[in-house]
Amino acid sequence: MPVAHMASIVPISKSVGANRIIPTVAIPHPLGNPALPREEEVAVRRQLVEKALMALSADVSDQTVF
Amino acid sequence: MAYRIIHYINQFFGGVGGEDKADHPPELRAGAAGPGLALKQAWGDQAEIAATVVCGDNYCVGHPEEVAGFIGQALDKYQAQALVAGPAFNAGRYGLACGLAASAAAARGRVSLTAMFPENPGVEIYKANTFILPTADSARGMGQAVPAMAAFAIKLLNGRRLGSAAEEGYIERGVRLNTFHDEIGAERAVNMLMKKIKGQYFLTEYKMPAFDRVRPRPGVKDMSRATIALVTSGGIVPKGNPDHIPASSARSYGAYSLEGVDDLTGEDFQTAHGGYDQTFANEDPDRVLPVDVLRCMEREGRIGRLFPTYFATVGNGTAVAHAAQWGGEIGQKLREAEVQAVILTST
Amino acid sequence: MKLELHKISVRRICFGEATHVENGLLTVNREELKALIMEDRGLAGVELDLAHPGEDTRIMPVKDALEPRAKLSGPGEVFPGFIGPLDTTVGEGQTLVLEGAAVLTAGRLVAAQEGIVDMSGPGADYTPFSRTANLVLVLTPREGVRLHEAEQCCRLAGLKAAHYLAAECRAAAARADRVAVYDFQPLSETLARHPNLPKVAYVYMLQSQGLLHDTWVYGVDAKRILPTLMSPTEIMDGAIVSGNCVSACDKNNTFSHQNNPIIEALFKRHGTELNFVGVVVTNENVTLADKQRSSSLAIRLVRLLGAEAAIISEEGFGNPDADLILNCVKAEKAGVKTVLVTDEYAGTNGASQSLADSCPEGDAVVTAGNANATIILPAMAKVIGDPGQAEVVAGGFFGSRRPDGSLEVELQAIMGATCELGLSRIGAYTI
Repeated sequence: MPVAHMASIVPISKSVGANRIIPTVAIPHPLGNPALPREEEVAVRRQLVEKALMALSADVSDQTVF
Repeated sequence: MAYRIIHYINQFFGGVGGEDKADHPPELRAGAAGPGLALKQAWGDQAEIAATVVCGDNYCVGHPEEVAGFIGQALDKYQAQALVAGPAFNAGRYGLACGLAASAAAARGRVSLTAMFPENPGVEIYKANTFILPTADSARGMGQAVPAMAAFAIKLLNGRRLGSAAEEGYIERGVRLNTFHDEIGAERAVNMLMKKIKGQYFLTEYKMPAFDRVRPRPGVKDMSRATIALVTSGGIVPKGNPDHIPASSARSYGAYSLEGVDDLTGEDFQTAHGGYDQTFANEDPDRVLPVDVLRCMEREGRIGRLFPTYFATVGNGTAVAHAAQWGGEIGQKLREAEVQAVILTST
Repeated sequence: MKLELHKISVRRICFGEATHVENGLLTVNREELKALIMEDRGLAGVELDLAHPGEDTRIMPVKDALEPRAKLSGPGEVFPGFIGPLDTTVGEGQTLVLEGAAVLTAGRLVAAQEGIVDMSGPGADYTPFSRTANLVLVLTPREGVRLHEAEQCCRLAGLKAAHYLAAECRAAAARADRVAVYDFQPLSETLARHPNLPKVAYVYMLQSQGLLHDTWVYGVDAKRILPTLMSPTEIMDGAIVSGNCVSACDKNNTFSHQNNPIIEALFKRHGTELNFVGVVVTNENVTLADKQRSSSLAIRLVRLLGAEAAIISEEGFGNPDADLILNCVKAEKAGVKTVLVTDEYAGTNGASQSLADSCPEGDAVVTAGNANATIILPAMAKVIGDPGQAEVVAGGFFGSRRPDGSLEVELQAIMGATCELGLSRIGAYTI
């Protein structure tokens, strides 16, 4: 089954061999941004998860950063 | 004359502060500081620490080019021949920072060296660029690391022909270096063949690589009918950490129910991860494991369903061999449950 | 098949009245040799020059290197299909060798991918032709001659010169400095003589990708052969000829075919440590079907010889790596233990993957070094060939010309630097 790797340090994701890579916000809060108001933070998270779903729907032939 | 060396350390070893000071921008201090004092002692009159660069780990990882430039200026200012970074032990971001700092010095033609635990992520990323000596996984290994770093730095600075990783004790960089042997290639080939025929031990001159890569699976055709599972190395566990997954060097992973959970809150969930500032994840665990958004998408029909169990471990100094084994087990369970796709989050 | 190589040592070459050799000095009648070469209507001109070890001289671009050899007795003549007739095989009787001399073909030839030979300085350490006394043919093909015809003209010029020099010295054969005897027996005899020694074959891969990356076997283009069995002595008589215009470091020039060090090393141990049962010549073609067919048939020959082990040498790099791997896998699967001889393209920093293909069966590899490693070649007082080509060969493809006139090049540009026949002491290790 396809796996979307959501991580902040893309080079690590690449070196460990992830095929579908979604760069995220920051190490302690990959899917959120505490500096933003709650609603905006959720919107950011939703955008990132949406990107992950796109990556999971896409056919890739090699390691790909979305 | 003594060699001049720049020493790179993080905010913690520089005495600036802990995780709360991880955004500390690079600063240049004349002379030795922190573990540099022990290095200085080990070098005696062979080398001196001209200056120490102290930089927050998050700042370094987040501003790689700026920090590299800062290090270049420091090397030039002090006309230093070498940069030594760390040791970083098994601190992931400090390992990345040390690798980055040492690589920056190597790119500017300087001798460079760092030291860290062999499974620190900094090793895999930076070993081709610089020499990395193996250390223990925590600062308890300082007493062993410092003399090894001091001696190897002098060896590199003296510029003698370097032996293999096994002979010299550094972590193999995977860099091929030409050399002239005593015998021509054809003689070496026949000698090797005779040993192979007789079943004797022989050493290949080039080890064929084995690629640890997985062929990408095809994409999900119909997301609105797909079951999506969540997996994380960010350490999100039910409050109280029922499986006692350690904050680092995890030896296990957990499977936890999302039945009836619409949104992860700090009341019911927490992070067990010891490698990053836990404040934000404990405040709202959705920042690491986006259950709230996926539930929303489930209701809207964007995805078929969120698989009711998620898997979590702490990816902090975790042995690669363990992680590979768990990945296989989790994959097997998800396949049996007919999950179509996985979102894996990492911190 | 028993072949005696009667070797006369040559330390210097000069031009003079009659072509002959005496006391290590090879005298060459320049006009006579020029006239012989210019019989080829495809050539507009040829200049002859000399280069000796230690001189402040660079030769570029070099196409091929050849050792002067000619038959003294026995069937045929050297370079069968080009110089020698095809109504007989070679590799028997006596052959005269002018040891220490080489013919280098140079000049603006057919492609930019030709090599550099420095007679002194750091580059000299990497090429075997910094240690030979060289007669250099600077060749100019006639205008309008097509590329592959020009290559053929230059190839023939080198073969004619190498044969001419040795043939004119036949009178001195009786004063040969040494005689090396290679006695290669039929399979049934060698098995009877050495029943307890391990049987070893040599799988000799030849560049045959086309587009001037070609090798010739008894005058036939190697891409058109099926893998074939040869006596090593035939190869010493020039049965394999290079027509290869590709990276100079690891193309097998004709000189290294004539002096194949793997054959030499196997002969050295023949009858004592191992039983050298034959040379299987195979190619490196460009289609997968060809690669599969050739590797299957080559290893079939190794098995028919009853060999339990084989040395496999590659020529070139890139897609030939796939041929090397196919040969290795098929041999090992048939129970034949292999050692592979190759070189590496690990990038200028040495950190990239060295080969384009790999297999777990390839557990015994000898490497002739990383061809991408760079070296700085200082400016030389004299450049033989076409100095204008410096920009093209070194600057355009493999490196750059620096302000002080020196060249920064990859070893790739140096003739024979990473020879995959294991001709030199170069190797590589992992740090």
